[in-house]
Amino acid sequence: MSLALRHRVNWIALGMTGLCALATVSVLFFLLGYIAVNGIGALNWDFFTKLPKPVGETGGGMANAIVGTGKLLLLASLIGVPVGFFGGVYLAELGRGKLAFAVRYATDVLNGVPSIVVGIFAYVLVVLPMKSFSTLAGGVALGIMMIPIAVRSTEEFLRLVPASVREAAYALGVPQWKTLFFVVVPAAMRGLLTGVLLDLARVAGETAPLLFTALNNRVWSHGWLEPVSSLPVMIFTYAISPYDDWHRQAWAAALVLMILVLAVNVGARLFLPRRRGIA
Amino acid sequence: MPKSSCLSWGDRLFRWACLGFSLLILGLVAGFAGELAWNSRLAFRAFGPSFLWTRTWDPVAEIFGALPFIYGTLVTSTIALCIAIPLGLGTAIFLAELAPARVSETVGFLVELLAAVPSVIYGLVGVFILVPVVRQTGLTPHGVCLLTAGIILAVMIVPFITTVSREVLLTVPRSQREAAMALGATHWETVWTAILPYARSGIAGSIFLALARALGETMAVTMVIGNRPEIASVFEPGYTMAALLANEFSEATSDLYLHSLIGIGLVLLGITVVVNGAARLMLYRLGHPAEVRR
Repeated sequence: MSLALRHRVNWIALGMTGLCALATVSVLFFLLGYIAVNGIGALNWDFFTKLPKPVGETGGGMANAIVGTGKLLLLASLIGVPVGFFGGVYLAELGRGKLAFAVRYATDVLNGVPSIVVGIFAYVLVVLPMKSFSTLAGGVALGIMMIPIAVRSTEEFLRLVPASVREAAYALGVPQWKTLFFVVVPAAMRGLLTGVLLDLARVAGETAPLLFTALNNRVWSHGWLEPVSSLPVMIFTYAISPYDDWHRQAWAAALVLMILVLAVNVGARLFLPRRRGIA
Repeated sequence: MPKSSCLSWGDRLFRWACLGFSLLILGLVAGFAGELAWNSRLAFRAFGPSFLWTRTWDPVAEIFGALPFIYGTLVTSTIALCIAIPLGLGTAIFLAELAPARVSETVGFLVELLAAVPSVIYGLVGVFILVPVVRQTGLTPHGVCLLTAGIILAVMIVPFITTVSREVLLTVPRSQREAAMALGATHWETVWTAILPYARSGIAGSIFLALARALGETMAVTMVIGNRPEIASVFEPGYTMAALLANEFSEATSDLYLHSLIGIGLVLLGITVVVNGAARLMLYRLGHPAEVRR
């Protein structure tokens, strides 16, 4: 190959990589723009305050789905955060050797389990024995989904606290658990809280594990043992329905969900020191 | 670290708590496989291993076979990889090699955001934008087909390839690059002959990670694939394992039907765990466990 040809190949190939980057980023902006345009027109006060109207009537809102998503997230964090926190502490502070490797590997494998399979697991675990779809079952499914990320972010942020800080506490005769809870955790607090928020933002958009655990509900769900509506499931139901008004509301719900996800992710980006990749 | 016998009660409790929750995570993974296997026993007892290669899915006659769904899952994932590998790897090379640090950081973050968009929103955009576009190309009268699902999946898995590959490319030692440059290689030749081969195991890891994600992706696929349990061309409606579960699980009327669905879930779990497990091992080997949050 002549030098001129090699240079030409060089520029073409490098140019192509630039185009790839441009294409990937424009897909994001296209998505966000489209959701914003369709969502803003559809969003109104009723969306936040009214219940869904019966089939065929226009209007109504998704107040029950918004509250439902909140309840599900509350339950999920009650399960996911403690397990994830202590698992992460184990990996960062105590774990050595084969067991630590097994726990880390299991966490990563759990992170890769398809969300729909998590739904089946929660169905078998909660819905079958209790013989009814419930908020509880949905919360269990989302809680299991939160665990792997909670473990990894806890481990990561605890490791960012320098060893000298721990050693200073040990040198004063402070036991390990006090060192952790009163010295290391406060030092890593900002990271830990952001990790939980990112985790919540991720499961807030999960639909598949809720389809046959929390199911859906067109009215208010009382307590924790009734089926409950949630924003992602409403988007799914409304998007595949034949009604224009439902499509409109699906866009509105998508916009609300997207704002939530974006706010948490961008906020985390601004408030945290640079993380290593998305890892 | 002191031996546990000379620890205070507080430290002992603390260690047991951490260990207990960690073992709970291990138990959870085992529990997944166990529960799914137990609750699909009727299907495997009734159909045996031929469950995996039977083409019929007939809830009325109670004949269940997983083949159309396995086919749909593999085809959509293959289409997704064919699009996402060049796109994601190209982006990663651009970010690691050409872009200035600030641009690389910002664009890297935007690509990560693509992974944070909920699956159901991809589905919504797919239904109202991509499906009409595909229909207009004239390739398919339906718009909903395996190809459409593959395209949506490609967009959803690009962030996994790009983010992890970029990390891996950035860890290639300077000496590799300098050696190639010293021999007179152009920038692209350096990338192609020195950097990519050095990073190949990490890149393969990122691709497996993306594949595992594509295999298990549910909502977006369910909304654009057409949901027809047939083995047809990519321009025809199809079905994937995950989509089948999403659509039919809450309607399963008989025990055999339910067990067959859970059996499909078990197959899906098996495939994704193997692919994902392989990806993790490849990435661990680099001594740099880069992984994606989502």
